[in-house]
Amino acid sequence: MVKVTYIAHDGTETTLDGAEGDSVMATAISAGLDGIVGECGGSMMCATCHCYVDDAWSDRTGPRKDGEDDMLDCAADDVKDTSRLSCQIKLTAELDGLVVHLPSSQL
Amino acid sequence: MTLIEGHKPITPADGIPVWDVDPYDEAILANPDAYYAKLRELGPVVYIPRYSILAVGQYASAHKLFTNHENFISSRGVGLNDFALEEPWRPPSIILEVDPPDHTRTRRIMAKALSPKVVKSLADMFRAEAEIIVDDLLRESSFEAVTGLAERFPVTVFPKAVGMRDVHHRHLVDYGSCVFNAMGPDNALRRQALERNAIIGPWIMAACARDRLTDDGLGAMIYAEADAGTITEAEAAMLVRSFLSAGVDTTVTGIGNALWCLANNPAEWDRLRADITLARPAIEETLRFTSPVHTFGRTAARDTEIAGYPVEEGSKIICVLGAANSDPEKWGDPGTFRIDRRPLGHMAFGAGIHGCVGQNIARGEIEAILSVMAERVARIEPAGDAVWRPNNAIHALDQLPLKFIPN
Ligand code: HEM
Ligand code: FES
Repeated sequence: MVKVTYIAHDGTETTLDGAEGDSVMATAISAGLDGIVGECGGSMMCATCHCYVDDAWSDRTGPRKDGEDDMLDCAADDVKDTSRLSCQIKLTAELDGLVVHLPSSQL
Repeated sequence: MTLIEGHKPITPADGIPVWDVDPYDEAILANPDAYYAKLRELGPVVYIPRYSILAVGQYASAHKLFTNHENFISSRGVGLNDFALEEPWRPPSIILEVDPPDHTRTRRIMAKALSPKVVKSLADMFRAEAEIIVDDLLRESSFEAVTGLAERFPVTVFPKAVGMRDVHHRHLVDYGSCVFNAMGPDNALRRQALERNAIIGPWIMAACARDRLTDDGLGAMIYAEADAGTITEAEAAMLVRSFLSAGVDTTVTGIGNALWCLANNPAEWDRLRADITLARPAIEETLRFTSPVHTFGRTAARDTEIAGYPVEEGSKIICVLGAANSDPEKWGDPGTFRIDRRPLGHMAFGAGIHGCVGQNIARGEIEAILSVMAERVARIEPAGDAVWRPNNAIHALDQLPLKFIPN
């Protein structure tokens, strides 16, 4: 299991157990977490899974994937250096304890 | 080696259930629920001797198949023919029928042209056309909804969005249906499709040429990439062709199926009218419930496995999206149409790197129709029997007589 902490825009923290290989988006959706919509199911077509990777973790989550910049451009909230599409971050043992911040809105 | 349906015959691994069924039998295509149920019940992967293919119908194995693009590839065709062994029936799509890294390059271009932002910019045009059509239909005592609404709307708005100077309604709808029939076995549906395509195909290719497109549509966005040097002009034409293969008949089917669902579930229609924010979830539920694209395939790139069963290189595997979308393991009560289900993870648009690149525009089109209807149509009443039209990859209506009762 890989622990991921989601910090909502209002500060509420939720820590979930994800499975290796699942994405940060899918882990949130399976638990019914508000704040990540994931309309396209992870095909990088919607930008409703936008998150900000906590500064302490951005090295380990790696760079954005091919095409991710273009889709982030459609995100509802501000895009920052730490912005990622959470469907493109796949959980690995190395990411145990990952912290992501959620935007004010996804739609 | 004698090929079966243009691919290598395989010997299924021990333990894989064998089912002598023809998934492309017209009766099954028209009414697939019992086939979906038995396919799921038999196991995560089933061998179908008639075509020497594997079939997956359980949600979990179907989703895994589509998200593992390294072992289960698209470049050897997403129908039954193996492009590595037999000449494809048309030059393969350079997005649907390719793998990374080729896919990554073209996908990015298409995803940009069909992004949520671009689709938002089309919303007013979609809405204006939807108003005209719905108002026309409200004046009829009854109407044929497949031609009168499900086809009429996309053939009006989609060529406008793409910026096509040449519009031939019948060719636009039928081209998609030919492409999808061609993904099946060498049956009557496929043979007729290939025959029809001899006429439609050249018209489509000509309509994709740069000088047949305006300079302000989606087509021009693709050709701009050729100017920027990311693709060649010939590749741009092929990507515009992908708009036309995949973007018309699919949305026609989505709209028709939505009308069918809502006509048959009047209480759900009432809920939608009462709360228009349910339009988006209602679209997802329609797609899950009816799976407009019912089946797409992959080829095993190497010796691999599905759910622990060995699968040999060159195996053709059909992913039965309709079965996955009605798997009770995943959905609980899949046979109930509930517009507020919010079926995240449904497979009507596929999954993984090939997941439908046109899904934003598809949603935008269906939403325009449903929103206008919700404001003006009190009841949608069947005015005769609905008839399904068998197709090797699409689950679409052939006839849907309806009556709109105004507010
Ligand atoms: C309700 C309507 C639609 C449905 C149900 C649908 C379904 C699908 C499915 C299941 C796939 C996955 C194919 C695979 O994995 O092999 C797909 C891919 C694709 N769709 Fe759609 N589609 C729809 C509308 C559209 C529209 C409107 C367009 C164009 C504007 C479009 C363009 C494409 C393209 C180009 C691909 C290939 C993507 C790739 O391989 O990366 N589709 N669609
Ligand atoms: S879920 Fe749609 S882009 Fe991530």
